[in-house]
Amino acid sequence: MSRLLSSRYAALMFVALVVIVPGLMLNSSFYLRVGALIFIFGFAALGLNLLMGYAGQVSLGHAGFIGIGAYATAVLPTHFGWNIFAAMAAGVAGAGLIAYIVGGPILRLKGHYLAVATLALGILISMVISNEVKYTGGPDGMAVPRLEVFGFRLRTAQHWYWISGGVLFLGIVAAQNLIESPTGRALRALHDSEVAAGTLGIDAARYKLIAFVVSAVYAAISGVCFALLNGHITPDSASFLRSVELVTMVVIGGMGSILGALVGAALLGLLEQLLAQFHEVETLILGLVMMAVMIFMRDGIVPTLQRLLFSRRAS
Amino acid sequence: MTAPVLEADGVGISFGGVRAVDNVSFRAYPGRVLSIIGPNGAGKTTLFNLVSGVYRSDSGRIRVNGVDATGARPARLAQLGLSRTFQNLQIFGRMTALENVMVGRHLRERHNVVLHLLGVAGGEHATREASEALLDRIGLLSHAHEEASSLSYGVLKRLEIARALATEPKVLLLDEPAAGCNAVETAEIDELLIALAKSGLAIVLVEHDMKLVMSLSDSVLVLDQGRSLVEGPPNDVARDPRVIAAYLGVAAEGDLAGGRMPGGTHAAT
Repeated sequence: MSRLLSSRYAALMFVALVVIVPGLMLNSSFYLRVGALIFIFGFAALGLNLLMGYAGQVSLGHAGFIGIGAYATAVLPTHFGWNIFAAMAAGVAGAGLIAYIVGGPILRLKGHYLAVATLALGILISMVISNEVKYTGGPDGMAVPRLEVFGFRLRTAQHWYWISGGVLFLGIVAAQNLIESPTGRALRALHDSEVAAGTLGIDAARYKLIAFVVSAVYAAISGVCFALLNGHITPDSASFLRSVELVTMVVIGGMGSILGALVGAALLGLLEQLLAQFHEVETLILGLVMMAVMIFMRDGIVPTLQRLLFSRRAS
Repeated sequence: MTAPVLEADGVGISFGGVRAVDNVSFRAYPGRVLSIIGPNGAGKTTLFNLVSGVYRSDSGRIRVNGVDATGARPARLAQLGLSRTFQNLQIFGRMTALENVMVGRHLRERHNVVLHLLGVAGGEHATREASEALLDRIGLLSHAHEEASSLSYGVLKRLEIARALATEPKVLLLDEPAAGCNAVETAEIDELLIALAKSGLAIVLVEHDMKLVMSLSDSVLVLDQGRSLVEGPPNDVARDPRVIAAYLGVAAEGDLAGGRMPGGTHAAT
């Protein structure tokens, strides 16, 4: 089992199974929608994990990039007559560009200052979305045009379950590629010892910026999928709470673990649904679960399980 | 003599009111070993941090390979051909031994994030091969795929040297490479450094093991209280009354040359 979790291809097999088996078994569009949401936010958390778990930087404003992806998909075709595919690409590229421009000065900050700066960035984006009523519909949100491929309208939860599952799978492949590449090694080196990485020629500022841009692109792609799945978006998708949720997914699942982001997204997504009927105590129980995970599995769920399984095998 | 690859001219730094390093100058030449010794707290490691860009010197100049590198960051110095190891290990603990060395190949690799995401970056094979060759050279190939944090102190000391060598430096700064190593490991490091110097690398060494320093060095620089005390061939330095006074407070000839160093916690006695 530990080999299964640590080996690259086994992790991919695991994800494929997690996508395919429920996809074939579930036939209620409600559950398929929950699954799709888990994949979509798992995808964003995966990108944020590259920043937090590998580059060692925290962002409290990542939902802002989800918002950019989501609103570009809705606003550009509706108000400017863009082709929807061009709009999707523009949303993703725009998020990457904004991350690149603001990332330079922001990533010079350390610790709390960095957290506050990214927090401000996220809030800024969500304020723009809420206030530009003319284009975004303000707090009421706006409709997203349906995606059409070869005359086939992609609108049911089932369609988006498979699409977002596929996107998540590709996102995991790309993240694995990156981590095993020279860029990934540079990031991991920076995380372990910035001073040693520097003496080997690694430019810390440059690599933190790369991780920030990549994670923003992941978030924006997740935003595009979210908008297309929902068919309607509100500023909530870019809210501060969403950002905190993403950070929580990464931390609970396990920083620096590819599967961790997915497990964190699944846990949060499922708990939210399970607790929906106990509406009054929902947040309370969610908070208790998070505290329990943080107390008993400080490194997050996946790394802790890996260690437990590994040490049992060794003994 | 050939041109020096590393020149430090009157460098210094203050921490608060303490002048930790004051107006120190030295030159390192290709194929030669310069050792920096001195009592604990003399400023040896601080001098290393100044020269390698970890701290910024507030006086003087530093040139690497003839290029002015005063105030340059470590990454820039690495590009110019300066690499170093650390007294307190700075290993990438969550990476394997091989990956640690592969990070050292950073400057020799091409960097395109999009290609890395797609998994089609070339050159990975060359990096791996060069890194394995280095691990083999320092005798750690059998540990290649073990996580660095699980390796012993002596192994990690050598791994840091391999990692620094992976950058293909012109000048290598070694901060106590033999500290905490047993006699066999120390002998191995001794042998490795001789071979490296022979291949034309300039080596600057901070070390408490006087036997190692005396046998290895072409030149010895003695620091005391942040200032340069004496520089010269090892035997001259060991006999210098000022050096003996700095270490012992009183003249006690013979102790230094005999390989004893009361000031050094890791002295090989």
